[in-house]
Amino acid sequence: MNKLMQFTYKYGALIFIGVVLLFFSLYNEYFFTYGNLTDILRSISIVTFVAIGVTISLTVDGFDLSVGATVSLTTVVTATMMVWFEMPLVVTIIVPLLVGALVGLLNSFLIVKVRIPDMIATLAMMYIINGIHKTYTKGYAIYSNMQMSDGTKAPGVMEKDFLWIGQGKLLGVPFPVILMLIAVIGAHLFFKYTRWGRQMIMTGGNEEAARLSGLRVKRVRMYAYIASGVMAAIGGILFAARVGSGQIDAGSPLLMEAVAAVFVGYSVLGAGRPNIVGTFVGAVLTGVLINGLTMLHVQYYVNDIVKGGVLVLALAVTFMNSHRKKTA
Amino acid sequence: MDKGILLEMSGIGKSFSGVKALHDARFTVEAGEIHALLGANGAGKSTLMKILSGAYEADEGTIRIEGRELILRSPADAKAAGIHCVYQEVDTSLVAHLSVAENIFLDRMMTAKQRAWLKWRDLYAEAEKLLADLGLNVPVRKKVADLTLAEKQLVLIARVMVEEAKIVIFDEPTAPLSLEETDQLFRIMDKLKKAGIGLVFISHRLHEVFQICDRATVMRDGRMILTEPTSKIDTSDIIHAMLGRSLDDEYPKQEVPIGEVVLSARDLTLGNRVRGVDLEVRRGEIVAVVGLVGAGKTELSRLLFGADEAERGTVRIAGKQADLRAPAGAVESGIVLVPEERRKEGILVKESVLHNLSLPILGQLSKWGVLSGSKEKSNAIGVIGRLGIKTSSAGQLTGFLSGGNQQKVAIGKWLNTGAEVFVLDEPTKGVDIGAKRDIFTIIGELAAQGKGILYLTCEFAEALGLADRILVMCDGRIVKQFLRGEATQENLLYYASAGQEELA
Repeated sequence: MNKLMQFTYKYGALIFIGVVLLFFSLYNEYFFTYGNLTDILRSISIVTFVAIGVTISLTVDGFDLSVGATVSLTTVVTATMMVWFEMPLVVTIIVPLLVGALVGLLNSFLIVKVRIPDMIATLAMMYIINGIHKTYTKGYAIYSNMQMSDGTKAPGVMEKDFLWIGQGKLLGVPFPVILMLIAVIGAHLFFKYTRWGRQMIMTGGNEEAARLSGLRVKRVRMYAYIASGVMAAIGGILFAARVGSGQIDAGSPLLMEAVAAVFVGYSVLGAGRPNIVGTFVGAVLTGVLINGLTMLHVQYYVNDIVKGGVLVLALAVTFMNSHRKKTA
Repeated sequence: MDKGILLEMSGIGKSFSGVKALHDARFTVEAGEIHALLGANGAGKSTLMKILSGAYEADEGTIRIEGRELILRSPADAKAAGIHCVYQEVDTSLVAHLSVAENIFLDRMMTAKQRAWLKWRDLYAEAEKLLADLGLNVPVRKKVADLTLAEKQLVLIARVMVEEAKIVIFDEPTAPLSLEETDQLFRIMDKLKKAGIGLVFISHRLHEVFQICDRATVMRDGRMILTEPTSKIDTSDIIHAMLGRSLDDEYPKQEVPIGEVVLSARDLTLGNRVRGVDLEVRRGEIVAVVGLVGAGKTELSRLLFGADEAERGTVRIAGKQADLRAPAGAVESGIVLVPEERRKEGILVKESVLHNLSLPILGQLSKWGVLSGSKEKSNAIGVIGRLGIKTSSAGQLTGFLSGGNQQKVAIGKWLNTGAEVFVLDEPTKGVDIGAKRDIFTIIGELAAQGKGILYLTCEFAEALGLADRILVMCDGRIVKQFLRGEATQENLLYYASAGQEELA
């Protein structure tokens, strides 16, 4: 029993993905084709960026709930850069990244300086940012030559070069997928091989012990939240490039999806803690499920139930195991 | 007042993972007496009292109250039998945002004894009467959070009264109190005694024992050494019984040339736990700071390391002003701390030995921010070999090591930081004899390399065995200094437990 539990804990998530892949492949011959698999990866590319941000905040034993709102804000900021202000591509990309970093800075100010608990501080920020992005756009979606409230037409359009980021292909691979893979590998290497990554892991392991080992834990936490904000901002940019407009509330559903991916990741290979590879596997699992279920003609509104169910399953395996470890 | 035996514990034995903490312990309390329970740290008094209060179950032996045998499986059982505790940490027993009256009647309000409808006016009136009987002047509607620590303690005592206690255990109740507050507590203890309640009084302050206790029992190494009426014994009898053994040669002490001053602290102050401490440590010198639990040693060590910020005072290391706004600055200034709470503060138990040992020197081990795996590994293997850390591999989780080896990791992580001063707070706490010797050897070697060592401990024998100089700390002050060979356990205990009022 114990061994079975151990095995489930370690390989359960991977086996589950394998079974799901096998099932869908057998059910629908189109499922296991290059086209569909890259489709799945493209569909999860945005949420993976957001989930990497959440992983970083959880690594320092924090929790960034404002990532979804940050995606919403940066999406409309990106779109307005082109549509309202006709900015060149570089500015269009850099400004939302700065906005994301600023959100992270504010979060860390509330958490590290004012000492509001992480979840509550970022929850409050989520509200504020949601409000800001709607105020900024006066509640309208941003699209090329949109009608402005004073009756004129917006001067700019969503640039072709920009849209390529979200819709183009490089060597037959969708560009967002390439970006995502770079980010996943980069973040993984960051945590495994760099000083700053290690500092974040150690801070999250036991903040007081890390502090008493001479780490500047406040600074480490601040960088983690800034990184989280920037990751969400990349998600926002990709979102605008993908849909070709700046949609209101675009990021809201992404928060839960990202959080789910991260926690499914806890159970991958028995990590029991936030980890980038697990997060990516979690995101893939969600993507596969949604794609497969759509092929099964399951109604889209059932998806959330499935996603939630998978999350509960993963959490159950992780926490039953960590509890067993403690009591053993 | 009937002087019958109220509580009788006999033949009590208790082991923790094979180590015997209590051997055939016998302890009695008569109705209407105050019985002091004394012993050095680790003598077994708290284990015995935890058995009595139901926190631990005894392996063997019987407990009788008024002749009836009791089986205590939980604190609730003990309370039902009329055994109550007033702990030093009163905050854990009181609900801060409720009123005094609510706290006094807390147990009653939460059990079936209370009728469904609360009559607040009656409740307040009853609470007032109770407090008046005890001679207390605390408004019953005030929130407990707004009370002073002494007042909270008294509220706790009032609650114990309400529950018709037969035995009340006072675990170092006077440690945080001022003189006047202590006097008030003693008056109330006297009232409880006159009401026929049996009181157990645990304290490190021997003069208090003679002031209010009828009998005293001294424990050592889990055994009962002496039980006598306080009128028939004096302080030296108790100290002798507490210490017993002579100093053996478990302390490997190297003779090391002592160099210039490497650490000098002036007027370090934080609240009333550290009050204007001056001290100096020279290169190659081991300076012990001894004091009882609560004397302010841990607080002092944290100030020296920047773990807490001092209100006042300066620290110089190797002649330079140290930056003690945060531990990171302290490490850069050349002072490091091995904290008392090893598992919570000294090491990260869920991380590998390798990661723990790399933590303070990540900068050294990386180039352009990228960690060098080989440098990390050779650092870890070097430290593991040098300190004799027993671990299956460098990748082992630190939490799986024994206490002594965890402590070696907590010390070892600092070895390659280039620190000049090592502050060690109770480094042998929860460490077995063999590892203790290793730790002493490591400390000796650090001194031989010209590091300054500040060794804070409540184990006087360790200070006598290791230190070149001993500073005695009491109530946040350094009250006495001894050179090597000058001090004895008796006079260390005397200065450590004497309140400063006796020194003046």
